[in-house]
Amino acid sequence: MKSFTQVTGLVAPMDRANVDTDMIIPKQFLKSIKRTGFGKNLFDELRYLDEGQPDQDCSHRPLNPNFPLNQRRYQGSTVLLARANFGCGSSREHAPWALEDFGFRCVIAPSFADIFYNNCFKNGLLPVVLPEPVVEKLFQQLYANDGYQLTVDLEAQAVTTPDGEVFTFEVDDFRKHCLLKGLDDIGLTLEQADAIKAYEAKRRQEAPWLFDAVKAETAKR
Amino acid sequence: MSARTLYDKLWDSHVVQQRDDGSALIYIDRHIIHEVTSPQAFEGLRLAGRKPWRVDSILATPDHNVPTTQKERASGVAGIEDPVSLIQVQTLDDNCDAYGIVEFKINDARQGIVHIIGPETGACLPGMTVVCGDSHTATNGALGALAHGIGTSEVEHVLATQCLVSKKMKNMLVEVNGTLGVGVTPKDVILAIIGKIGTAGANGHALEFGGDVFRNMSMEGRMTVCNMAIEAGARAGMVAVDDTTIDYVRGRMFAPKGEDWEKAVASWQDLHSDPGAVFDKVVTLRAEDIEPQVSWGTSPEMVGPVGAKVPDPAAESDPAKRESMVRALEYMGLKAGQPIESIKLDRVFIGSCTNARIEDMRAAAQVVKGRRKADSVKEAMVVPGSGAVKAQAEAEGLDKIFLDAGLEWREPGCSMCLAMNADKLGAGEHCASTSNRNFEGRQGYGGRTHLVSPAMAAAAAIAGHFVDVRDFVEGGQA
Ligand code: SF4
Repeated sequence: MKSFTQVTGLVAPMDRANVDTDMIIPKQFLKSIKRTGFGKNLFDELRYLDEGQPDQDCSHRPLNPNFPLNQRRYQGSTVLLARANFGCGSSREHAPWALEDFGFRCVIAPSFADIFYNNCFKNGLLPVVLPEPVVEKLFQQLYANDGYQLTVDLEAQAVTTPDGEVFTFEVDDFRKHCLLKGLDDIGLTLEQADAIKAYEAKRRQEAPWLFDAVKAETAKR
Repeated sequence: MSARTLYDKLWDSHVVQQRDDGSALIYIDRHIIHEVTSPQAFEGLRLAGRKPWRVDSILATPDHNVPTTQKERASGVAGIEDPVSLIQVQTLDDNCDAYGIVEFKINDARQGIVHIIGPETGACLPGMTVVCGDSHTATNGALGALAHGIGTSEVEHVLATQCLVSKKMKNMLVEVNGTLGVGVTPKDVILAIIGKIGTAGANGHALEFGGDVFRNMSMEGRMTVCNMAIEAGARAGMVAVDDTTIDYVRGRMFAPKGEDWEKAVASWQDLHSDPGAVFDKVVTLRAEDIEPQVSWGTSPEMVGPVGAKVPDPAAESDPAKRESMVRALEYMGLKAGQPIESIKLDRVFIGSCTNARIEDMRAAAQVVKGRRKADSVKEAMVVPGSGAVKAQAEAEGLDKIFLDAGLEWREPGCSMCLAMNADKLGAGEHCASTSNRNFEGRQGYGGRTHLVSPAMAAAAAIAGHFVDVRDFVEGGQA
């Protein structure tokens, strides 16, 4: 999993409450055998004027010019500023996959749906909860300033505005630890890479036939 | 050291690191992959910028949704008519090519069902830990290996780390002593065991099969038994290593050779439970009590001897069980008290990782030889478990025997075991199937599956309804 330490990036607005996972990634895109490639269909129904189909080339689809992500000033944004109850609806992990694939590293909102909140951590995406008035203030600053950027620092648990104003946020210690280090189950196991290698070396010595046979034998034929 | 079970030994020899919370990192020697549960795992690897830890530990083959007709197979991956299946098979090919993983592709002569090709090629060996993203991986336990199925996220974990985070299970022994009667096969033994202990009977346990019956059983028979350990609730089933095991492994494609072979055989001598080893649970059956089995319900434990009648839910004292029996009989379209032999068959399926090895093919062929499929049976298909099984069967002329009897002879794959390809039951159709699961809709929406041995399935194809294969064997209906 990707680690998250600190991000300074362009902010894009998602200015409505209760954005559900269907809105984030509509159901017709879940047939995929993949976990990536959902970025082009992020917010599909809001972003495009036609109905999206899986495996479609989206570059020729009519864009909704009023949708922020289609506007030049928000291109390349990595922080999404959102309203209350972001990510409600189904448990589909495709939602964080789509946000992450699009390029977002952090979503700031006054509140998140539980499952979505959890799923974010598994996928290297940091959900930041800030009080409603603070989020409102950030929205106003964002709209007033082209190229508005925020710095999100997980270690310090702080969001810093361009004026140097700092807002702190809460995050569970264990989750913070895992995300800072980019640890998922696999990451945790890989912390023991030396132990695995040592075991492997011993095993190779004791039972060499357990290694290389499939590759070597197949190469002969 | 105190007396240990076979499972204890396999576990102990693979612990990389014991953790405080009771879980352990277990090293995986062999990882078999197929097209259905691997794509997202590879995707995950890529997303995280990781690579497979040990490519030489992996062997891949597509099996779950490959077509089994020669027509559809003729043009390889491109010929797969179902677009979703095509993408999955293509994705497996692409992933294997990208990482240099050895794959037996769709029309490779060595392609086959994952659990059949593992032992057959010698990719899976005694003393190994074997995993695959499929619950019937337990099949490999017949070799005296610790083998079990894993989920997609674990597939990714093993790809990336060569380890699995696992908690040790308890030990359970099923002992069957005595001599099996003529016409009573390994499939009947495991069905009888499941009928006795139930589908949750071995939950949380690693299951060892011991006693004369397994000692005298062929390796292929042991595989059939271990294959269905999962239907008894055990994630892993196993049989101790003996001369039968070693004779089976000798000379296989990936098996150790020369000096390595001698060393390997020496190290395998210890792969059995020590005298006095303690099991948390022991169940015993008498071989003489086991008759050819037929499942009548929608769970593998709903099974009984072919000569019996469909049981009456009213006689069941446990209300939950009674309720599930009532539902099962309704789904299966059967009446309490109806003789099992009176169940008419619409289709017959001889195949799957449970029963698609050469001995299964031979057993079925022996029954149908010189006979004709009943006209009332719409279709009876024989699907060999691998390209190697198919070639061997054809060399022995078994394909001709099947075709002459009016059965179909297909290309290797999972086929109607789970109906992910075009091989499916229609709603309401009864099927005599040598597979392992008779759940509602498993072989097609509304389909009614009866689990039996290959010989019993073959006999049913000829008679059009269930019959006691011993009557055939002994010439009663010849
Ligand atoms: S034959 Fe059936 S049970 Fe076996 S691996 Fe294939 S689908 Fe699974």
